Order: sequence, then structure tokens, then C-alpha cells
Amino acid sequence: MQNYPKAISQFWKSYKRSKRGVIGLAILVFFLVQAVFAGQLAPYAPDQQLGASSILLPPTLTHLLGTDEVSRDVLSEVIYASQVSLTVGFLAAFISLVVGTLIGLLAGYYAGLKAEVLMRFTDLFLVIPFLPLVIVLAAIFGSSMLNLILVIGITGWTWTARTVRSQILSLKERPFVERARSIGARDSHIIVHHILPNVIPLAFANSIILIGNAILAESVLSFFGLGDPVHVSWGMMLHYAYTSGAMTLGAYWYVVPPGVCIVLVMVAFALVGNALDDLLSPRLKTSWI
Amino acid sequence: MLFRDPRMTPQDLANLRAMFGLDQPLYVQFYLYLVNLFHGNLGVSFAYDQPVLPIVMQRLSNTVLLVGIAYVFFVLVGIFLGVVAAWKHGSKFDAFCVSFALTTYSVPTFWLSMLFILVFSVWLGVFPTSGMLTIGAGAESFGAYLVDLLSHLAMPVITLVLYYMGFYTILARSSLLEEFTQDYVLTARAKGMSNWQVIRKHTLRNAMLPSLTLAAINIGAVVGGVLQTETVFSWPGIGSLTYDALLLRDYPLLQGAFLITALSVLAANFAVDIIYTWLDPRVRY
Repeated sequence: MQNYPKAISQFWKSYKRSKRGVIGLAILVFFLVQAVFAGQLAPYAPDQQLGASSILLPPTLTHLLGTDEVSRDVLSEVIYASQVSLTVGFLAAFISLVVGTLIGLLAGYYAGLKAEVLMRFTDLFLVIPFLPLVIVLAAIFGSSMLNLILVIGITGWTWTARTVRSQILSLKERPFVERARSIGARDSHIIVHHILPNVIPLAFANSIILIGNAILAESVLSFFGLGDPVHVSWGMMLHYAYTSGAMTLGAYWYVVPPGVCIVLVMVAFALVGNALDDLLSPRLKTSWI
Repeated sequence: MLFRDPRMTPQDLANLRAMFGLDQPLYVQFYLYLVNLFHGNLGVSFAYDQPVLPIVMQRLSNTVLLVGIAYVFFVLVGIFLGVVAAWKHGSKFDAFCVSFALTTYSVPTFWLSMLFILVFSVWLGVFPTSGMLTIGAGAESFGAYLVDLLSHLAMPVITLVLYYMGFYTILARSSLLEEFTQDYVLTARAKGMSNWQVIRKHTLRNAMLPSLTLAAINIGAVVGGVLQTETVFSWPGIGSLTYDALLLRDYPLLQGAFLITALSVLAANFAVDIIYTWLDPRVRY
């Protein structure tokens, strides 16, 4: 436990073996760097309008990805939008992780009526069509970045809760938990010292995939006009592209890049999440993915 | 939207609020909503100034048509690809299928729809951009009507199929590969059956069950994709109705569309459960 650097280097050694995982990580690092250094990398400010003569210009050397319907530089917009999309993704997934782990923990550790109620509650969330629910919630709460994060976060925890619960159901029957209980450990002690350390890695791997899902959910909500008009994300760009009729004008440089970014980030999170899942999850190695 | 009209006097606004019952406290509004709900009354749409239920039901059939056709295609094509991938396990085709399925899963449906319009409608001009029928066209004969309808259906259906078939490919493939490790497969092999014969005669039936379970669970998720494709292609179904209600902030209509969507999903789930007992006699309820 004390030797963190060694543990990390060992972990990296085994992670490196997954080629897909490394590719995913590389894509993620690329987008993170781009988001952090947006101010240095973007040639223009994201909201800088370049005048009526440069509306929907095709790509040129001065505007590598052309301009949009109100004469902003698309490349700069895409770079700045990565900040919004990634922030929403990370924070929403974090909320889902905390809520899901907590509910899964309570439902798994404590048997009986309360656990039953919690699990039926989870089932309810699993059955309700996710997207319409999020849309209705976001419409009622109003469009701001914080509301988007909250809405996506509190609707996305169900799978985490399920995974954590099933893991805890098997953990709490293991000998080391029984031993702790037989020498008189309280529930809180058992949970914090014996159960949680075994569950956190799994929940963590799970939440990596959640980040991708949250980014996708954010892009869909923004596309439906529920995004934050001040903090423009990739989905919001596509919303503007759609409402300004960029497709029918053939403005591929405006339609294609934001979507490509979403796809790349989604794929990257899926690759990293799967690689981590293979390393950390207790089940048998699967060969099919 | 009327509320923003500057010509409205405060008296007019108050009258409008009273007409829609918006002057009542929220809990009274909610109570009235519930009472009306059990009488089959979903309230009155702000924008259309008509009862919500007929508006929604009118759109429902269009959505069912779109989803029904797409469903059949993506389940069948998805499973078929999964079976071929498992049969050719370890080949280039297998690897391609898996990465293809993983990628399509990551593509936002609304963006895929936009790309389709860009490529097939604007550049190539093969399919119409939006709607369900061309106004005036197809009136002369049923054949022309059908061709017009199908050309409008093509792109939304292809979008949905591309997005959702990946799930079935991966699942069918992995459950087939899992079946391959069973003893009865070894027996069949020992008898000298080829890979393909084993799949067709023995493993496929067992491996189908997870895919069918997914088909049931998926109904709720497919609603999300339908919402996006319908909106982009302006297909006059419940999805684009939800989008319109959202733009107009027509909350009764939004609630109504959501409620009917959720009920349809439940009904479809129930139907799949019943079909399931018929396909797998081991399952009893």
C-alpha cells in the first residue's frame, strides 16, 4: 500500500499490453491537451465574428476548417468546444459514479425491504427511455452548463449501481468479511476497510465508459437546443449547423468536424474503459472485445 | 409564444392563464392533471390549442411504421453479421465487424442523419431530405405513393439500422463463441460436422436468446435514436413532435408525448416477454 510509484509503474506495465487501451489513451491525451491549451492553440477567439464577407467560407489556409453562418472560425470553435464537452462529461460521470456506488453499496450490503425498494427504484430508471426523460428534465430545469451536468449525472448512475451491487453481493460472503464481522467490526468499518477497496476499481473502470456516454448525452441535448448558449459544446455547434441549414448548403466543413470529435472521444473512452475493465474486473478474461 | 406578443394587455394574459388553468397553485394543477389523465384527457396543447391526445396518437402510427421496419432490419442484419463473424472467428472480417460495431455505437445518431442528408440528398440527390410524402406526388397510383413513401423512409431507416445493429453483432458473436465451448459442440464436431453445420443445427438457437433479450431491453434505447432521426429528417412522428413541443415550450404536449412514448415502450416490452416464453419453453411466468 505504501509503495505507490511502484504500484503505478506495475499497473502501467500491464496496461501497456492492451494495444487498444494505449490508442484510446493517446486520443484522450490529445483532446485533453487541446482543451487545456485552447487559448494558445486556437487561431481566433471562439466568438470572434469576422464580418459579412466571410460567412460559411470553405476551408482555406487562413481558416483550416472554414467559417460558420455568423462568420466565426470553425477550427477555433471546435477547439474551445472541447473544453465544454469534456467538462460536462467528466463532472456528470463523477456524479453518476458517486450516486451509483452509494446506491449499489446500500442495496448490496443491506438486505431486506430497503434494498428491495432501492433496486426497484433502479429498475424504474432502467426502464424509462433515457433520452426523452433527460430532455424533459433539461427542458424544465432550463439550459445552463450546471443544469446539464446535474441532469445527465443523476440519470446516468443505474449501470454503476447494478455492477457495484452484484459485486458487493459476492464480496460480503467472502471469508475476510465474515472474519471481520466475527471479531466484532461494525458495518461502517467493514464497508470502508474491506468492501470499498474492492469495489472502487471496478466502479472506476465503469465510470470511464460513463464519461463517454455523458458526452454523447450532452451533445444530443445541446443538439435539441437545450445546451448552454454561453458555453458552446460540439453538440451545440451541430445545433447551430442544423438550424442554419448548413447541410442543405453543402457546408461539410461545419457539419463534419464537431461530430468527428464526438466520435473520437467516445471511441477513446470506450477503449480505455474496456482496457481498465479487463485489468480490474474480477470476472474471467473475455476474448471478444 | 403568445405570451411574448407586445400587443397583449395584462388582462389578456390573465385571461389566457385562467383558460389553461395556469393561475391555480402547482399542486392543484398536478391534481387536475392526474384526474384528467385517468379520464384519458392529457390536457390542451398551448401551441395547437387542441387536446394533446389526438395530436400524439396521430403521430404515433408514423413512428411505429419507422421503428417497426428499422427494428426488423437491425436485429436481423446485426445477428447475421455476428453469426458470420463468429463462424470466421479470428479472420479479418471478424476483426472488421467488431471494430465497425464499436465505432457505430460511438456515432451520435443525429450527426449520422445530418451526414446522410449532406451526402445522399444534397450531393448525390438520391433521397429527399425530409418529410414523409412529397406534396402532390404519388396521388396518381398506389405504386407511385409507395415509391415516394419508401424513398422518404430509406435514410431514417438506414441511420437507425447502422446505429443499432452493432449491439446485436457483438452480442450474437460472443454468445455463439461461448456456445462453441460447450460439450455438445465437441460431440457434434467429433461426428464430423463442419463449423457451419454446427452453427446452423445446434448453437444458433441457444445463442439467439441473449439477442432477443437485448431486443426487448433495447426498445427504450431505440426511442432515443428515433427522436434524433425523426427530428433531423422531419419525419412526422412522436420524436419530431417532442422536438417541436420542446422548441415551443409546449409543456402539456411534451408531457403527453413523453407519457405515450413510455407507455408504448412498456407495451412493447410486455409483448416481447410473451414472445419469449413461446421461443424458450424453459421460461415460465
